[in-house]
Amino acid sequence: MDALLLQIMNGLDKGSAYALIALGLTLIFGTLGVVNFAHGALFMIGAFCAVTMQKILTLSATTYDPLKLDFLGNPAMIKTPYVNTWFSEDFGALLIDWSVPLSILLAIPVMIGLGFIMERGLIKHFYKRPHADQILVTFGLAIVLQEIIKYFYGANPIPMPAPEMFKGSIDFGMMIGFDANQVIYPAWRLVYFLFSTVVIAAVFAFLQFTTFGMVVRAGMADRETVGLLGIDIDKRFTLMFGIAAAVAGLAGVMYTPINSPNYHMGMDFLVLSFVVVVVGGMGSLPGAVLAGFALGVLQSFASMNEVKSLLPGIDQVIIYLVAIVILLTRPRGLMGRKGVMEE
Amino acid sequence: MFGLNSKDTRAFLLIAALAMLAPILLNPFPTGSALAQFNAGYPDLMQRFVIFGIFAIGFNILFGLTGYLSFGHAAFLGVGSYSAVWMFKLLSMNVVPALILSVIVAALFSIFIGFVSLRRSGIYFSILTLAFAQMSFNLAYSVFTPITNGETGLQVYNSDPQYLMAEGDPTVTHFFGLEMRETFTLQLGGWSFDFAAGYYMCALLLLAAFYLSVRIFRSPFGLTLRAIKSNQQRVNYTGLNARPYTLAAFVISGMYAGLAGGLLACMDPLAGAERMQWTASGEVVLMTILGGAGTLIGPVLGAGFIKYFENIFSKINDTVLHQWFAFMPDGLENVIVTIVHPFIGKGWNLTLGLMFMAVVIFLPGGLVEGGQRIGKLFSKRIPSDAASAAGRPSE
Repeated sequence: MDALLLQIMNGLDKGSAYALIALGLTLIFGTLGVVNFAHGALFMIGAFCAVTMQKILTLSATTYDPLKLDFLGNPAMIKTPYVNTWFSEDFGALLIDWSVPLSILLAIPVMIGLGFIMERGLIKHFYKRPHADQILVTFGLAIVLQEIIKYFYGANPIPMPAPEMFKGSIDFGMMIGFDANQVIYPAWRLVYFLFSTVVIAAVFAFLQFTTFGMVVRAGMADRETVGLLGIDIDKRFTLMFGIAAAVAGLAGVMYTPINSPNYHMGMDFLVLSFVVVVVGGMGSLPGAVLAGFALGVLQSFASMNEVKSLLPGIDQVIIYLVAIVILLTRPRGLMGRKGVMEE
Repeated sequence: MFGLNSKDTRAFLLIAALAMLAPILLNPFPTGSALAQFNAGYPDLMQRFVIFGIFAIGFNILFGLTGYLSFGHAAFLGVGSYSAVWMFKLLSMNVVPALILSVIVAALFSIFIGFVSLRRSGIYFSILTLAFAQMSFNLAYSVFTPITNGETGLQVYNSDPQYLMAEGDPTVTHFFGLEMRETFTLQLGGWSFDFAAGYYMCALLLLAAFYLSVRIFRSPFGLTLRAIKSNQQRVNYTGLNARPYTLAAFVISGMYAGLAGGLLACMDPLAGAERMQWTASGEVVLMTILGGAGTLIGPVLGAGFIKYFENIFSKINDTVLHQWFAFMPDGLENVIVTIVHPFIGKGWNLTLGLMFMAVVIFLPGGLVEGGQRIGKLFSKRIPSDAASAAGRPSE
């Protein structure tokens, strides 16, 4: 039982990332009808927002201490981050320690802005063109974004530490009544899971309980009628693109302590997220979230040693297998809407 | 000629001339000169031109004719490479059995994948093929290690059985004794041209592949495929079942990919799983679109273009740039070098991505359409006359 719980939890953090990316993909697809192959790149750029934030916070003034010598005999170099001098020493250290969560503040405006530019500058011109063209141009864009990041940040993964408070593991089993040392789980992954549930809840609440969200939902159901009612639906959809980009970016920011960001992490996640969207059902937001978590958990079960000895290699292919089976038996996916992507 | 109309014959002869004279055409600069780095006439690179040309021609039969965008074609390339290397390991280093097996295995593999994937169309088809290709890639790295040799890649060892290997047979890949790496170098003044056996074998296969694709394009079968692309529902209403046709196109293009994979292994008897990764599938998509999907020579052009510039751009570095712009005032020179720097060397992919986006946005017909537009600019009068004549209804 505890082993089972551990596997479920192991799957949840990856599942959260899948769910967040798939949610963004579905938002874009459901509103604008565009298949965005650059969404993985947005996830990656979010992660690099965290890297940038850390770099900004650790910008340092360099001073030399003539009394101390380093091993070459030169005066020792002392780096003091500007935040330490501006604020108090303790508060500066705290800021640096919390640089990953703080990056959210940077990532949201950056990602929404990027989403705006992408939609207005490029994707707008592709509404009338076939899906193949949309795939191709966003695929090209993904390559470009990825290469730009590679140019500025290099090709190696950049390790990003989680705040000191969440660095270790916590004994999650004890909290819910198991024996000690049975279900031990890295604290940050739990944070990631909670964070993604909050983001997902926020997106759904935004769509469900605000007037803006209501209009967007109406537009998703019938764009033309909403337009006829005198509402400028395009403007709202552009904002939704920005929000979708921000969701992917946030997923990327918070994922950095789990997996050091590198420039091609987006591509790796993109393929799987597409599979998730297809399993969940093209255009269905709850479907995307559900399938994201379900496939994450499924993958972690498949990588259990007991399963692997029974079916070698199953952990590598389980997601794809599920997707193939679903597509062939239930082309609409788990919760797909009628009439979406069915020529 | 050979059942081609005059226009296709011209295209075929053009490709034939380009392929046969490539060692000369691609070496326009004398060996010692500063521009020699733009020469692409060495066998290794030319072989890649033609092999990826074959791959792109095959992909075009599927995407250009039926409009089904496959994102998993590299899987067939990889399978072809693996089977070719296995033939080298088991039989001998002769390339003929290797190529035959790689085409057959790729065909079987594509029948299976095509049968499943073609039950869906549009974006679902793309994702299904992508899923299959990623699955094969992952499997090649993990469970199938006994067959694929995992991360090390499959290669030929001395301890391999090689049952058909006779005494004195070459230990490198050969065509009935003619070694693939055998090269005849012609020195002409400052120029030197390499004529490699391996390249010419690839080139002949490219011509055969191209000829076959022309025949497919012009056949009733090709017409049916085009009909499926423009309106599948209508095809169904006329009583034709589209799926066997699309499956046939899928398998043919899979066999082309298998042949290309086999050839890659023939030129260098190595096969690795990274050939199957989805970025590799993306590359052939880029080639076909860049050259012009649905046109006959577009894919060959696109493959040559991408491989050539990949090679050249990756070679240019800051020192070369400084030489080029040395005539400018120092400040300006540095500014220009800084601006150009991200696009060259390791940044070649950035240039490729931008170019690809530009083509998709402005030139959906690829380089071929670009050429036609330029051609029209120069012969404006004649087409406009023809157009007005065509516009006039016949009495």
